[in-house]
Amino acid sequence: MPKIKIDKPKCKGCYLCVVNCPKGLIKISGDMNIKGVKAAFFSRSGKCTGCAMCAVICPECIIEVYDT
Amino acid sequence: MRRLIFSRPKSLRDVEMHYCAGCGHGIVHRLLCEAIDELGIRERTIGVAPVGCAVLAYDYWDFDVTEAAHGRTPAVATGIKRVRPENIVFSYQGDGDLAAIGTAEIIHTANRGENITVIFVNNGVYGMTGGQMAPTTLAGQKTDTTIAGRNLKRDGYPIKILEMLAVLPGVRYAERVSVHSAQETLRAKRAIKKAFKTQVDNIGFSIVEILSMCPIYWGMTAIQAAERIETEVATFYPIGVIKSY
Repeated sequence: MPKIKIDKPKCKGCYLCVVNCPKGLIKISGDMNIKGVKAAFFSRSGKCTGCAMCAVICPECIIEVYDT
Repeated sequence: MRRLIFSRPKSLRDVEMHYCAGCGHGIVHRLLCEAIDELGIRERTIGVAPVGCAVLAYDYWDFDVTEAAHGRTPAVATGIKRVRPENIVFSYQGDGDLAAIGTAEIIHTANRGENITVIFVNNGVYGMTGGQMAPTTLAGQKTDTTIAGRNLKRDGYPIKILEMLAVLPGVRYAERVSVHSAQETLRAKRAIKKAFKTQVDNIGFSIVEILSMCPIYWGMTAIQAAERIETEVATFYPIGVIKSY
């Protein structure tokens, strides 16, 4: 199954990836990163299709998408 | 073994950008780098960074970049392109830079039909100086200098620069795109790539306007700002090809 990797310490918390994931697999974490921002994280609650929409919209370019 | 299907383009340096959360500049920087990498022109590209929020763009791009005075990027790009016609020269500008102080430069560069590419990021406010009204600010939009909303009688009308430039015969390719959603971002990338292709093929002046979010000075979250582009900004500045060859 494809998966994504978010570089959490670099996340600024705009959450554009959260609204652009067609499967709703990206969630907002409860704890803060080094910037004091509640970073987005990849929840493995469903099936990622590897469409890379999250990576396309991420303004910080911190999302990497992997195929199986 | 896992195969990487999306990662940072080679032309984009692995450094943290200074932009606010949800700013469209980061997306546009990456699209530009992807287009340059895909066309294989990285070794011969020269960018001209503007004055504005993207003033430090040269820290993020891994190709030759120079800096110009406020609004004069098309003039500097013209000079570079005329001296070094084998290089790919682009000017990166915001709306305060291109539509206000640099209006003369952009109009005459377009009119001369210089073979350069202009990337015009339109967010409707002056971001770097603290959120003042720009010529592209929409009617009724609240900014630091129009606290009751832009008054058309007092402040004039928002300028549609692309429609204005499209009437000039020197302009060969003009398209307006947006980066408010992933689908529109993919469309924006195709437009930027075509603009660079126009220059590589020596066809002439190309310009891409990108509607971008400024959540901080619009006074909203990044998600609300993206929605505002779809519901408000894109209705006044219609997305699509304005002129093509």
